[in-house]
Amino acid sequence: MQEKRKIRILLAKPGLDGHDRGIKVVARALRDAGMEVIYSGLHQTPEQIVNTALQEGVDGIGLSILSGAHNTIFPKMMALLKEKGLSDLLVFGGGTIPPKDRERLKTMGVGEIFTSGTDTRDIVNYIKGVLEKV
Amino acid sequence: MPFLGESIEETVQKILAGDRRTSGRLITRLEDGDDWGKEIMKRLFPRTGRSMTLGLTGAGGSGKSSLLNHLIERFRKMGKTVGVIAVDPSSPFSGGAFLGDRIRIQHHTRDDKVYIRSMASRGYLGGLARATTEALRVMEAMGFDVVMVETLGAGQDEIDVIRLVQTCLLVITPGMGDEIQALKAGIMEIGDIFVLNKSDLDGSIQVLRSIEATLSLKPGQEGEWKPKVISTVATSGEGIDDLMEGIMAHQDYLHNNDAMERAAFQRVEQELGLIFRDELERVIFKGLKGTGKKRRYIRSIIDGKSDPYTVIEEILETFLKER
Amino acid sequence: MAFGKRSKRQDLDLQSSPMAFKNLSGFVIDPVYGTENIAQLDVERDLGGPGEFPFTRGIHKTMYRGRLWTIRQLGSLGSSGEANMRIRNLLAMGATGVSICLDMPTIMGRDSDDPLCEGEVGSSGGVAIDSIADVRQLMDGIDLDQVSINWVCNAQSCVILAFFVAVAEERGISADKLAGTLQNDILKEYQAQKSYYFPPRSSMRLTVDTIKYCCRHMPRFNPISISGYHLASAGANPIQELAFTLANGFTYVEETIKAGVDVDQFAPRLSFFFKVHNDFFENIAKFRAARRIWARAMKEKYRAKDDRSWLFRVHTQTAGSSLTAQQPENNIIRTTLQALSAVLAGTQSLHTNAFDEAHSIPSARSEKLALRTQQIIAHESGVIHTVDPLGGSYYLESLTNKMEEESYRYFEKIEQLGGVLKGIEKGFFQREIADSAYQYQKDIENKRRIIVGLNEYREDGEEPIEMRETDPTFETRKIAELKAFKSQRNQQRVSARIEQIREVARGDGDFMPLFIEAVKDGLTLGEIIGAMRDVFGEYREEAIF
Repeated sequence: MQEKRKIRILLAKPGLDGHDRGIKVVARALRDAGMEVIYSGLHQTPEQIVNTALQEGVDGIGLSILSGAHNTIFPKMMALLKEKGLSDLLVFGGGTIPPKDRERLKTMGVGEIFTSGTDTRDIVNYIKGVLEKV
Repeated sequence: MPFLGESIEETVQKILAGDRRTSGRLITRLEDGDDWGKEIMKRLFPRTGRSMTLGLTGAGGSGKSSLLNHLIERFRKMGKTVGVIAVDPSSPFSGGAFLGDRIRIQHHTRDDKVYIRSMASRGYLGGLARATTEALRVMEAMGFDVVMVETLGAGQDEIDVIRLVQTCLLVITPGMGDEIQALKAGIMEIGDIFVLNKSDLDGSIQVLRSIEATLSLKPGQEGEWKPKVISTVATSGEGIDDLMEGIMAHQDYLHNNDAMERAAFQRVEQELGLIFRDELERVIFKGLKGTGKKRRYIRSIIDGKSDPYTVIEEILETFLKER
Repeated sequence: MAFGKRSKRQDLDLQSSPMAFKNLSGFVIDPVYGTENIAQLDVERDLGGPGEFPFTRGIHKTMYRGRLWTIRQLGSLGSSGEANMRIRNLLAMGATGVSICLDMPTIMGRDSDDPLCEGEVGSSGGVAIDSIADVRQLMDGIDLDQVSINWVCNAQSCVILAFFVAVAEERGISADKLAGTLQNDILKEYQAQKSYYFPPRSSMRLTVDTIKYCCRHMPRFNPISISGYHLASAGANPIQELAFTLANGFTYVEETIKAGVDVDQFAPRLSFFFKVHNDFFENIAKFRAARRIWARAMKEKYRAKDDRSWLFRVHTQTAGSSLTAQQPENNIIRTTLQALSAVLAGTQSLHTNAFDEAHSIPSARSEKLALRTQQIIAHESGVIHTVDPLGGSYYLESLTNKMEEESYRYFEKIEQLGGVLKGIEKGFFQREIADSAYQYQKDIENKRRIIVGLNEYREDGEEPIEMRETDPTFETRKIAELKAFKSQRNQQRVSARIEQIREVARGDGDFMPLFIEAVKDGLTLGEIIGAMRDVFGEYREEAIF
């Protein structure tokens, strides 16, 4: 009774801001698309997020940042993931992130950045597109 | 069969050394039922069974996570390393799940002696996920002193955990008096320790009496464990000392009798049944995969040309012949 | 083609989809309204005249003929120096009030040098406030007894107020001369905005403490602005925003009465903060219903005798969450319509968003345009000539009644849960809001709601827009400044103050007088909050989806 592998995603909210409307909408959309969603809660440090990803054996991490701290948090996350041998995880993000920063983050290995107005089906399709190929 | 580019032996060694990246991914693969996970488990098995194992079960909203939080803290203060498996329900519609229990225990995520793993039930009944038994073995192999399993909080049928762990806590709250009445003698089987959480709320004395009355229905054998009832208020930490004492008393009881032996026996018995059913189903249906036969069988039942019993007999006969 | 390619299909969609005729609260709107829809309306009892109980038509007799609403724009930026320039600039352009937002570290009660704040100092267009020195610089050259300052602060309100009062005193202005508002609404933090640190009861104690202080010493100052805006930003629909905000308001009233203050001593100082979203008439009905419910409850339930205690006074902001990143200029039109509805609804104060806010903090150009929008409505549109020009509209009055009824339904539910604080503990509000947010998202994705430029009339590619640059060296400079500030203090006094604060926290005494002395001794915001955190502990919420 071999089923298709379940996709496990960690959705995390690093930094100090508490705007969790977006991440919760995405969490529901991923769940409704059949994924298992681990939600970290608010105010997580990159260390805590990576530690959680490690223990939970996830396939990907989605970070929601609306405070403008993305240029600090993403690089830290990527470095930590590398250090812990988790570079192969899919990392994506969402929030208020200007176009030029989005490009820069992608060159660091962030898979995709979804900003306000994104259709959640696009996020689902993106994750499935990347992870179901593996 | 390589995993993370490593041989099985390397993977096994890493698990035994407590490597989290490897164990995290191994459990994910076990949940997916990958073949090679079994190979790893074969090697790990002899190195398991040495941890203290606890189960927390009870209805949703009874405060299991808050209690779990306190227990982690107490065991950490005693210098013990702690593994936790928290089970949440999968959505019956999409198959997806929210695994949110970590949040309540997240201030332990900075503590590298605590390991928390969330699991979705994936339709498995009994309050656990199919791979919970395996994840528990993995954590034991990693060498955690204590491993705790929190079942999902759906109802009263979550009894698989009783055979899985050594000491089982059933968490109840005031206002559940009727349900306890309804369970009557059956309740004896569920918990080694009954935790009456939120005991500061109205109605707690009635519930307390109700449990005690129910428990007294069964005359205890000489030397047999008598389930304890302990009142707690997880939000304030009240009663946690008593709870720890109760847990330790039960552990002492297990160690000083042949009860530990019995617990281990029951656990393996349950695991055997589980793995056997799983494997049987997998092996037998494997032959049908991609042949379109399953579709045809179902069609024939709908069309009234056959019935489920005949179909299964046919499948089994074919399987045994091909063997 | 004059009507575009899809006009025919869209007509069909509108006919077949009931959603097209539902407002944001989910009420089905009839094709036409008439006398039968307002048969139960007793004009004298339910409307009254403007400035008359129950104030449905507005809280003042002459409304904007007597005095325009306060044109209140955001005057904050990372550093207090820059923010000061921005405030002065806004006032020079004709703004009559300013709001000051804080950066995330300040909001979370932490100093700029706290390791948890890395990358967030001066973030989100908020000003970084660590110490009295920052507020001194922020308020430099601003007539503190003339300009009304709205401090967008919540869990840390008591400390911000202490800074403000201490700086004013330094300049020879006593607290009773200061005008303005603290947001100070902690309940909605647990329900929606999630910038909390203490458990709800401890935070409530601080809120009541500031209300008490303002009642005694600051007659021109509003110690709280009970905010629906953030509930709506987190996803609450308008009826939820209305009902939850008022329920929160009643909770503050009850808690303050419990603290031994007479209702007429503080009720006139309570103020509110609403959002105006896309549905024009729904916005207006929301305000009218709010005024009526509040007035009746204050008079009849809480037995307030002073007629000022009955007034629902409200600041309004256009909906940030309605702004699209796509085709950002469209946001100018959205904001204009929303602002117009707020004026027709009788707001006391208004903030219009800049069109580029879905991308970043506003540029100087977009900020000016936002301000001018209000001035055009005020001076050119003619809507201010008469008071409550829409009063008596069949549709509007019927919608107002409906919103009032639905609010009472929510109040009942909340009461059954054991009140607002219990509702928070049980996750009631959080779940309601998350459900609405998901519903709204699904409605847009299924095109049951059309957002121009987002799910219809899309254009490929993004137009580049001008953005305000933030200073990447600010954080380092701010930390150095703070270090220098700290080194000049009398360390013994600082330690003694911290111990005093812990002591008061353990007991049940008043905080405000102590905080004012403490900030004069150089205590930072992070130190004061930290001392209380030691005693009160930290709050964590469960995951509620």
